[in-house]
Amino acid sequence: MHEPMTDLPQTQTIRFTLNGQSIEREVQARTHLVDFLRDGAELKGSHLGCEHGVCGACTVQLDGQIVRGCLVLAVQADGRSVNTVEGLSDSGALAQLQAAFIRRNALQCGFCTSGMLLAAHELIEQRPNATREEVREWISGNYCRCTGYQAIVDAICDVLAERKTAAQGAKA
Amino acid sequence: MKAPAFSYLRPRQLHEVLKLLAEHGDEARLLAGGQTLLATLNMRLSEPALLIDMQAVSELKGLSIAGQTLRIGAMVTHTEIETSDLVAQHAPLLTAAASHIAHRAIRNMGTFGGSIAYGDPAAEWPACLLALSGVIVVRSLRGERRIAADDFFTGLYTTDLAPDEVIVACEIPVAQANQKMSFTELARRHGDYAVVGLAATATMLGNKMSNVRLAWIGVGSTPMRSPQAEQALNDQPLNAQSVAQAVEVLRSEIAPLPDLTHSEAAKRQLAGVLLKRALTSWMSTVENA
Amino acid sequence: MNAPESYFLRHVEAEARPTPVAAPLAAPLQDASHIGQAIPRPNIERLAQGRGQYVDDLELPRMAHVVFWRSPVAHCHITSIERDFARMMPGVLAVYDGKDLATICKPWVATLSHLAGIKSAPQYPMALDRACWQGEPVVAVVAKTRAEAEDALQYVQVTWEDLPSAVDMKTALHPDTPVIHPELGDNLCFSRTLDTGGVDEAFARADVVVEATFDFGRHTGVTLETRCQIADYSPASGQLTVYHSQQAPHMMQDLYARQFDLPESSVRVICKDVGGSFGIKVHAYPDDFATVAISILLKRPVKFVADRLESFTSDIHAREHHIKGRIAATSAGEILAFEIDDTTGIGPYSMFPRTSGIEGNQVVNLTGGPYKHKAYRAKLNVVFLNKTPTCQYRGVGHPVACAVTEGLVDLVAAKLGMDPLELRKRNVMPDDSYPATGASGIKLEVLSHEACLRKMETLMDYPALLAEQAALRAQGIYRGIGFATLIELTNPGAAFYGVGGARISAQDGATARLEPSGAVTVMVSVGEQGQGTEAIFSQITADAVGVAMSQVRIVTGDTQATPYGGGTWASRGAGIGGEAVLQAGLALRTNILKVAGVILKRDASTLSLKQGAVVDADSGEALLPFAELGRVAYFRPDTLPAGFTPELMVTRHYAQRDYPFIFTNGVQASYVEVDSETGFVKLLKHWAVEDCGRVINPMLVDEQIRGAIVQGIGGALFEECLYDAAGLLINGSMADYLVPMAGEMPDITIAHIETPTRSSMLGAKGAGEAGTAGAPGAVVNAINDALRPLKAAVWSQPVTPEKILKALGHIP
Repeated sequence: MHEPMTDLPQTQTIRFTLNGQSIEREVQARTHLVDFLRDGAELKGSHLGCEHGVCGACTVQLDGQIVRGCLVLAVQADGRSVNTVEGLSDSGALAQLQAAFIRRNALQCGFCTSGMLLAAHELIEQRPNATREEVREWISGNYCRCTGYQAIVDAICDVLAERKTAAQGAKA
Repeated sequence: MKAPAFSYLRPRQLHEVLKLLAEHGDEARLLAGGQTLLATLNMRLSEPALLIDMQAVSELKGLSIAGQTLRIGAMVTHTEIETSDLVAQHAPLLTAAASHIAHRAIRNMGTFGGSIAYGDPAAEWPACLLALSGVIVVRSLRGERRIAADDFFTGLYTTDLAPDEVIVACEIPVAQANQKMSFTELARRHGDYAVVGLAATATMLGNKMSNVRLAWIGVGSTPMRSPQAEQALNDQPLNAQSVAQAVEVLRSEIAPLPDLTHSEAAKRQLAGVLLKRALTSWMSTVENA
Repeated sequence: MNAPESYFLRHVEAEARPTPVAAPLAAPLQDASHIGQAIPRPNIERLAQGRGQYVDDLELPRMAHVVFWRSPVAHCHITSIERDFARMMPGVLAVYDGKDLATICKPWVATLSHLAGIKSAPQYPMALDRACWQGEPVVAVVAKTRAEAEDALQYVQVTWEDLPSAVDMKTALHPDTPVIHPELGDNLCFSRTLDTGGVDEAFARADVVVEATFDFGRHTGVTLETRCQIADYSPASGQLTVYHSQQAPHMMQDLYARQFDLPESSVRVICKDVGGSFGIKVHAYPDDFATVAISILLKRPVKFVADRLESFTSDIHAREHHIKGRIAATSAGEILAFEIDDTTGIGPYSMFPRTSGIEGNQVVNLTGGPYKHKAYRAKLNVVFLNKTPTCQYRGVGHPVACAVTEGLVDLVAAKLGMDPLELRKRNVMPDDSYPATGASGIKLEVLSHEACLRKMETLMDYPALLAEQAALRAQGIYRGIGFATLIELTNPGAAFYGVGGARISAQDGATARLEPSGAVTVMVSVGEQGQGTEAIFSQITADAVGVAMSQVRIVTGDTQATPYGGGTWASRGAGIGGEAVLQAGLALRTNILKVAGVILKRDASTLSLKQGAVVDADSGEALLPFAELGRVAYFRPDTLPAGFTPELMVTRHYAQRDYPFIFTNGVQASYVEVDSETGFVKLLKHWAVEDCGRVINPMLVDEQIRGAIVQGIGGALFEECLYDAAGLLINGSMADYLVPMAGEMPDITIAHIETPTRSSMLGAKGAGEAGTAGAPGAVVNAINDALRPLKAAVWSQPVTPEKILKALGHIP
């Protein structure tokens, strides 16, 4: 462990919006966002699979964009807003995707599912016209060992199609 | 793998960042996007005493055009570049390269300046900057320097940055109408570091190439160009012979570093293929023009 | 493909025999409306909301965290361990070495008596004075948080002397290779030879003999949730509770009881949500025992969660084989014989309790499996190495046996100029030849190779693919089509482990209870790791008892709450667990009808159960809802006749005793494009026709098969644990160890033939591993089919661009 060469504290108080609610906590600077969420905020839905940013199990939203929660420090969230799978479930933001995932059997053990849903959510918002191949590319940052990815791709494509139809209906 | 303890500051002014850097030197690390640094810390490969987060320094953000120059603030994220109309118009090479960088969640945090400062020979932006004749603008308490990309990458994960210097922006000459660009990389999986990649640009007048710049990913210990192969193409017409000749020159010019599963010979072969395909893609656009 | 056109045209045009349809279930299930249906899994909204309960989600009062100092070298003598500095670090509760833990935990030796001659050395929870592989746990640091334990870990000072190591399986038995356990005499863990006789004669009279050497790179499971457990020893009660991400809770209960001399009834193992297992989590690891030991010594709960870097060196590895194979055939395309010589490199210890000899043993048993030849000879050497221990990982020997077999079959087809699908059709055991015995002695109840091959041909539109391939080849684009016919062992009887002396249960049980509310709870000894066990058990229960699925609650994964059983491995969950659930459900039905008869004062045989109510068997008229029956049975026995006691909770057990294994069969096909300049392979499409007997839920089984195929593709193209000459793993991170991601995977089309097994009423065989068994063979065959016109071939997995470029002569 490093003997600090500075007088600077290694903990600080952070304030941010978590799943729509204000939260204030003292954290160690070294604690990454997912460890904070799991231990400090007791939200266990974001998972750790590698802690080096490759597997995607830790994917959460920071200021509305997906990030690797293991490669963001909790202190970096100060003054910002964080959303987890729990919050986005309760708000209904993930409802369409969740229904499609269940209908299409796009989850088995469920460990990758939180991260996968958050990644899928950003896709359907940012790339409403994504092709099947583009969906595969997009979710290539989320490791799943149980499914063959196909059911996940099917579920996401279902939602893309549903939303396209709804958008056309809205225009009519 | 939990990171060792450290302190953290998030200054709001560039000047404060520079002061902290000068004061703490080796004991401090600059936190840009953190996508490389935090993985390193989680694995305890590095144990700094202080992280200086540049997230709040607005001077480091921003994508803008001034005259014939595209300026990319150091803290601009990969996603901002990926989705920027300005970049698509004035530096399409970057737009082509952006979707190869890792995955969206990484791109939302990772920064252009962070990538350039790290100088990973397997990363996309450093090679692109070389291909585009980019300039890196750096600042310290001692003042500002402008460093050509050709002079910036000096060794494995080593750049011309002094310990007290921070990249504030990169400047790229905007694409001209007669310029060709090509970005290709070979990776085992989408988003992986390239096995071999090529960022290539050239000026094309009729069928003749000039100012060819070939910047390689995954070949050297730094992002690097292949001047002999460029020479073999400059002032040459673009045809099957000049392509074959250039590939031959390239293969004898480079001494690629093997990786875990690809030998020097394999990378040599792959580099030649990428060069051939890049040039061939320019040939067909010239023919169709 | 060099096949003359007539071969495949003739067979495509031949009238296809009708696909066998699964026989209907016996009464009273003839109207089953859930079994066989693609019903989405119930009760997984919580997983989709991030509200699962994985081990790391659980927190107990006073819980501590353990991290391990693991050997950084392949083989060393430990000379000293300095713990004092680490003990002084903030939050640290204790620092233990191997000797501390050995005071309360017995060592183990992983051998089984039915693997004749297998030998291994005693192993302890942590190394005592010698570490034998990079990653072996040596020191345990326990602290209040994981971060504090890791901080303190840096202050543990271990000195060691490097010892010479054995890291090459090809030279492990050479006289100048260091013997890892001198008391064992050599580095041979297990060897076996099998000779049917007549092999030399078969090769002598063959018109075509082909030889090839097949290499398989060691790789590992990479479960997304790493191995983890919480050991909670309560000194006041003497009760040990272990929350474990595990596949076989009763096995672990038995092992903890025996290794720690605790009464079996004092040990409880609980498996809640498991984030993927694939066999990685069915073994008993040294750090499992270490964590339990620490809880006992510290008298508080201790949590161990492997981080990803330590997973790579401490999870079991598998599939490191070097196989010389030969095949003999006549010019008419009749396969006469197979022969293999297999060397496989394991770790320095056979893995507990299932041994590291099983995988090689299965390669011997399964090579040549689908085919009707009679002559077969096999030689197997399983050798100790100073690398991570190996053991059963999804497929267990099948992927290797299938790739060797199917590679040799393709080589024969090429030499004969015969279409490879045609050659297979001519040589698979005929569908009407069962029961049969394979050349290796395996007993086969009933398979459907011919039907599967026919179905595959139309499913993939083989003629169209051949035409496309030929057309593109003319343009210098090299695509390949590869097949793999496979057999897979499932639903094992006690032949697998029990006969060898292992206390691994081959039977399972289910207890079905009608609740007062009319709902049905079923407690089952087979658990859930994501494959949909709970869903299919709900479906079976719904049909067996006659209740809506929404009224069924499945309870698994708790040794205190379920019947005793074997858990999940060898693709036995649906076939064995499912049968126990079915029998329990039917027994409960019988008892409900008895109660109904008494309440309604009617003969039970005139009644039936449907949708949660007692109905008239003829008219279907609803007579008595379950809730009402439950109310009376549980709360109003005073209204029932004297001498009659409702028994609305029944238990049934099932063991598969007809065969050592119930084999399944299938065929896979892969369509690839090889970039002949770069050696990069693109997977265009994949097909699987699988006969796993009665399919309980096609949607669940299909994505299981896809996941298994993708896992197989991982080993075929991407995954390898790369070791340097010093026995150090050089790619032990997610960045350098390449697992399959969505971008490179093809769409996979699945079809089924259903030939139920008669060994159970349910008729379900296993399905979890067949995908992994056949995928590597199919993909490698496809790559070599693409390369064949270029006179190149690669028989070494993973097939990398490097290997393809070498084979093509682009690089030396």
